[in-house]
Amino acid sequence: MSAPAPASNRAAGRAAPGAPPAPVNAERLRAQERAENALLAGLTVPGMLLIAALVLAPIGWLFWLSFRNPAGFTFDHYLRLLHPSYTLTLQTTFELSFLVTAICILLGYPVAYIIAQARPRMAAVLMMLVLFPVWTSLLVRCYAWLVLLQRRGLLNTWLTDMGLIDTPLRLMHNFTGTTIGMVHIMLPFMVLPLYGSMRAISSDYMLAASSLGASPAAAFRQVFVPLSLPGLVAGTIIVFVLCLGFYVTPALLGGGRVMMWSMQIERNVNYYSDWGAASALGVVLLVMTLGIMWLVGRIIGFNRIVGAR
Amino acid sequence: MRKTYGALAALDDVSLEVASGEFITLLGPSGSGKTTLLMVLAGFIRADSGQILFGDSDVSLVAPHKRNVGMVFQNYALFPHMTVAGNVAYPLKLRRVGKTEIGERVARALDLVQLSGLGERHVDQLSGGQRQRVALARAIVFEPRILLMDEPLSALDKKLREQMQIEVRHLHQRLGMTTVYVTHDQREALTMSDRIAVIDRGRFRQIGTPREIYGRPASRFIADFIGESNFLPVAVRDGQAYLGDKLLRLAEPLRTGEPSQLLGVRPEKVVILGGGDAGAHNVFEGMVREIVYQGESSLVSVTLAGGHELSVRQQAISAVIPPVVGAAVRLGLAPADTIIVPQDSPA
Repeated sequence: MSAPAPASNRAAGRAAPGAPPAPVNAERLRAQERAENALLAGLTVPGMLLIAALVLAPIGWLFWLSFRNPAGFTFDHYLRLLHPSYTLTLQTTFELSFLVTAICILLGYPVAYIIAQARPRMAAVLMMLVLFPVWTSLLVRCYAWLVLLQRRGLLNTWLTDMGLIDTPLRLMHNFTGTTIGMVHIMLPFMVLPLYGSMRAISSDYMLAASSLGASPAAAFRQVFVPLSLPGLVAGTIIVFVLCLGFYVTPALLGGGRVMMWSMQIERNVNYYSDWGAASALGVVLLVMTLGIMWLVGRIIGFNRIVGAR
Repeated sequence: MRKTYGALAALDDVSLEVASGEFITLLGPSGSGKTTLLMVLAGFIRADSGQILFGDSDVSLVAPHKRNVGMVFQNYALFPHMTVAGNVAYPLKLRRVGKTEIGERVARALDLVQLSGLGERHVDQLSGGQRQRVALARAIVFEPRILLMDEPLSALDKKLREQMQIEVRHLHQRLGMTTVYVTHDQREALTMSDRIAVIDRGRFRQIGTPREIYGRPASRFIADFIGESNFLPVAVRDGQAYLGDKLLRLAEPLRTGEPSQLLGVRPEKVVILGGGDAGAHNVFEGMVREIVYQGESSLVSVTLAGGHELSVRQQAISAVIPPVVGAAVRLGLAPADTIIVPQDSPA
């Protein structure tokens, strides 16, 4: 410290006797950090604006409309939903969604398991088979089901020709046909998250369980299934929520006999031009969906839904 | 025991007998077949032919979950959906042990690995060393017939690894559980084992105590793989070994029938002789080429008269004056440390 001070800032700062050395550059480093944070925040502005314009504003408008009639503020649109025609639709919507989701779990879990266990090349082929329908038009797939399930469709013709049935089964324009079609559309949305979480399960866990004395069945039940739960929960929520608001397939395969919530919305807009009633229906669907998410989150923890442990 | 993958023999007629309560290490470079052998013992891999006997009972065809073998995996494989206590209790639950007994045995096992009180933690709240201990507790809590460990310490940093080596060793001495340990770390093998089986390309190359393996390596491969070695070509005439023209004094008679042999010299066994009497040492003369300071010791490279290089490890506390680069030195090697190994490891 007693060295002769050369004429430089650093040495001068250090040479001050007694007083703590002045921090070098602290002010400028802090300013740089602030500028960087401001820049990063600035970069999110376009995204924020987009979300505000395309998500928040329409939903706000929906809420507003649902409480309006020509006379002004009203609860009429919501009170009207207590009418049996609406409560029955709500019941159908939930029943169908539960049933489709349950069937998707039963069919999707083994499919995802097989793909997850297959060798890479085989897994790629199987995955293509799962994804291929997703890349085809939804309408095309629904009309294909119409061809298969009609009174004189492929399935009924085969069954009668084989002598298994005398009169054609009623497979469409009812609950059965709608369920078949929706399961077909929804299955990939169950398989994909399941596959993702199954792939992440190291085979060492199964070997460990086995070495500790677990039979293959016990290891599957006690180790594999619990570890695949995040994918199962994600798939279940995706499928269930998509089912609640599904329109095209129930409309085509239900033939007007299966009334879904989304179809009530469409009716109110197209037949009666009643935007207020349609908005109220939309708000109810949205609130119920959020309610279910919240409930699931309360039961198994929100982190698991998002996939983080 | 045999196991082949296509043309590659992962295990090529290996045979090993492990005494009850013994700690034996399978030591070999990666791809040598050591893990394959462990997996065969655990029952995860089916051998092509061979027999596994636990005591008198043949378990070759017994399913892995009925073998009663404890295993510690390289990445621990602790179940993330269970607590620490849940993990340790799992093998007991599978064996339908009563609830109170499970509680007691889990507590005892956690105590044994010094994790008492952490039972309710989740696995992802543990450090690497703690996970290691949980995996160990889980593998021993059901008192398996043998304990298999597959490079369990390789994910830990050096200090912790060395501490765990001693701990696992103590644990073994306390429990007396027959243990088969797999590692590629020769130091770890020397530290922990009762016996070491050196394995390379699917075959045992040498089986013996750490002292035997280190002091009497059976081949160039082993002398090179375990510890450091310099190799100098020796000529064999009339059952005697010569380095250049110099007759080497040996503690043991030469192996016969090996066409070409090498002198294997451990750097730490060489002494730098002052001007005094060489005694019974084999003496080499040369010139100091380089000195690398490494803290507790220095590595001195010496060019011998014949042109060969020889590394000498000189302890920092050595009484002899430190050599200087370019100086002539006289090196001594005791006959007991003068090891002659075959040129090629027997294939």
